[in-house]
Amino acid sequence: MTTDQTGPDQTEPDRTGPDGLPEAAQDGAAVPMAAAPAEPALAALELTVRFNAPGGRTARAVDGVNLDLRPGEILALAGESGCGKTTVARTLLGLERPTAGGITFQGRPLQYGTKALKAYRRDAQLVLQDPTGALNPRHTVYDAVAEGLRIHGIHDNERDRVADALSRAGLRPAEKFFLAYPHELSGGQRQRVVIAGALVLDPKIIIADEPVASLDASVRGEILALLMRLRDDLGLSAVVVTHDLGLAWNIADRIAVMYLGRIVEIGSVDEILTAPQHPYTRALVSVLPDSPVGEPQVLAGEPPDATDVPGGCRFHPRCPALAGGEAEAAGVADDCRRTELPVLPLGQAGTSCHLVAARAQAVAATP
Amino acid sequence: MGIQPTAQVPALPDGGAGTSGGDDVHLPRQQRAGSRRDFWRFLGVKFSGAMISLVLVLFTAFFIFRVIGGDPVKAIGGDSAMTPEQRAEIEERLGLNEPMSVQFWEYIRSVLTLDWGTSYVNNQQVTDLLLGRLPNTLLLTGTALVLAATVGIWVGARAGWQQGSRFEKSQVGISLALWSAPTFWLGMIVIIVFSVQLDLFPVNGMRSTRGVGDGFWPQFLDVAHHLVLPALTMAAVIYAQYVLIMRSSILEERGNDYLTVAKAKGLRDDVVRRRHAVPNALLPTVTLIALQFGAIFNGALLTETIFSWPGLGLLFYEAIRVPDIPLLQLLFIFFAGTTIIANMLADILYRFLDPRVRSSA
Repeated sequence: MTTDQTGPDQTEPDRTGPDGLPEAAQDGAAVPMAAAPAEPALAALELTVRFNAPGGRTARAVDGVNLDLRPGEILALAGESGCGKTTVARTLLGLERPTAGGITFQGRPLQYGTKALKAYRRDAQLVLQDPTGALNPRHTVYDAVAEGLRIHGIHDNERDRVADALSRAGLRPAEKFFLAYPHELSGGQRQRVVIAGALVLDPKIIIADEPVASLDASVRGEILALLMRLRDDLGLSAVVVTHDLGLAWNIADRIAVMYLGRIVEIGSVDEILTAPQHPYTRALVSVLPDSPVGEPQVLAGEPPDATDVPGGCRFHPRCPALAGGEAEAAGVADDCRRTELPVLPLGQAGTSCHLVAARAQAVAATP
Repeated sequence: MGIQPTAQVPALPDGGAGTSGGDDVHLPRQQRAGSRRDFWRFLGVKFSGAMISLVLVLFTAFFIFRVIGGDPVKAIGGDSAMTPEQRAEIEERLGLNEPMSVQFWEYIRSVLTLDWGTSYVNNQQVTDLLLGRLPNTLLLTGTALVLAATVGIWVGARAGWQQGSRFEKSQVGISLALWSAPTFWLGMIVIIVFSVQLDLFPVNGMRSTRGVGDGFWPQFLDVAHHLVLPALTMAAVIYAQYVLIMRSSILEERGNDYLTVAKAKGLRDDVVRRRHAVPNALLPTVTLIALQFGAIFNGALLTETIFSWPGLGLLFYEAIRVPDIPLLQLLFIFFAGTTIIANMLADILYRFLDPRVRSSA
């Protein structure tokens, strides 16, 4: 139960280099714990979630997503508001039923019966953006953390388990916080309580939806460091949903970039952030400081609407490569407007773009 | 979009460090000590506020029943014509011949000595009249309140939880219909249907005039039988408030993330509702119940009058026709006083139920 942090801290002192680039970028290998043959801890297969929108329309919030989370890695799911990343997170947790496709957990399909779902929820935990809302204002810290234990009928050593979870989440001495109410804590402490509530069940997976977006900049780094330490010490896998590529850069092993219900690019963090392929990813990366892409690109056009998905490549109405004539030059402009792209396959890096595909072909064709 | 690639993730805190990761730590214990002092101040403020209201009620009680008109002397004299001497004699006995200032002084004296005087009508001590009727009112309004609150909260919580469902729509419709129905009208309809047409329940009163024997159970059943219609009528009228308030506060809670978290931890949906949403949504409802607590003592004037239920409401109604000023004064102060005290208790109770109010009020 107890965690000894000295070892990992010395072997892997600080993943962030002086210029903010992850050290993994220099190592090449981005997955530290992937020595075992990688059966994904959690995977989404052709995941589709549709909602009924007002006016009899259907919102395709998630529209064919293949996603795998390997044991002991942090996967960032990035994209702008409304791209479906939160829906993916909720569906991964079984809070949302997929319209089509499915979730597998440790190789087995996720069942939606009451019992099976309850068992799954012991292994997969949720951390939400706003810790103030995520804690019941009338429950003490102790009750909030112990709730998971009580739900799953774990009654032995409840006090020790709660104290242990709190101190693993960085609240020490834990006993001092037992009787505090959420409103007596700072934002960072609240988020630590939420994380302790997730840790107390010894989960295998944490799904964090914008875990630091509502926190002060000074506290964000600490919470992110906590997530990374949990991965390194406990071998936790985590999906971190974020709109902030900078954050993904700091903590993630791999990044999946979503646009309008699809993953448009997925790969290791250094590949994606140093050499983004997809025009959408390039636009996102271009506005980061020290960006490898060059001039910051601001996307034109309206933000996407999941009830009205454009034909062809779903990014084409806003695509700077199409507007700038690059697609025309490569001879794929018609495809961009008309030809639907296939869903990216499971378990490998890739980019869903006609232009990228055409260029790759051109490179392969030249001797 | 991505803003902060350089947001430094600080060096991982070393495991041996004994403190939390750098946030400043509030000390709950110190805060508690401070909040205890706050609590006494809070009690003092609430208590003195209630006292001020009570004093205002005392003044109002004197004037209001002398302003509304009516001639108690005539009512006491009955139908027979009175000579001016008889009239003067009655006026003197009642103290109505004195100037207003003297009457007021007498009134203040009676309030301070808690000697509220005798009824104009039958020379009984008005306090005895009140105490004699009080249990009947408590029985009627208590039953109605418990009924309306339990059913109303239960229905309201479910309706709010299943927003947009047919259950919600129909229940809200029923509540609004009951709320819109005037008590006297609803009471009469109920009497016509269940007493006159179907002959299931007695028309009025609290006990059968024929007598049902002396045993406890026959008496009990007789009163219960009489209680059904008035209690249901009164419950129906106040029921809607519980449904609607509970529903809207559940709706407010529903958006909160902690419900999602609880669900994601494996709690069944209806347990999430029972354990998390309902207790938090109960806060406004508790205030409502505490306010209605005043109503328990006030009785339900209309309901008691329609069903001739011998409670305080009917007593008040009978007294105001005279007007029986000493009795009215006592009843008025009693009604207003219990409401004020109930409100004060509601404030204090609220503080115990909600930790946020506890430390910020």
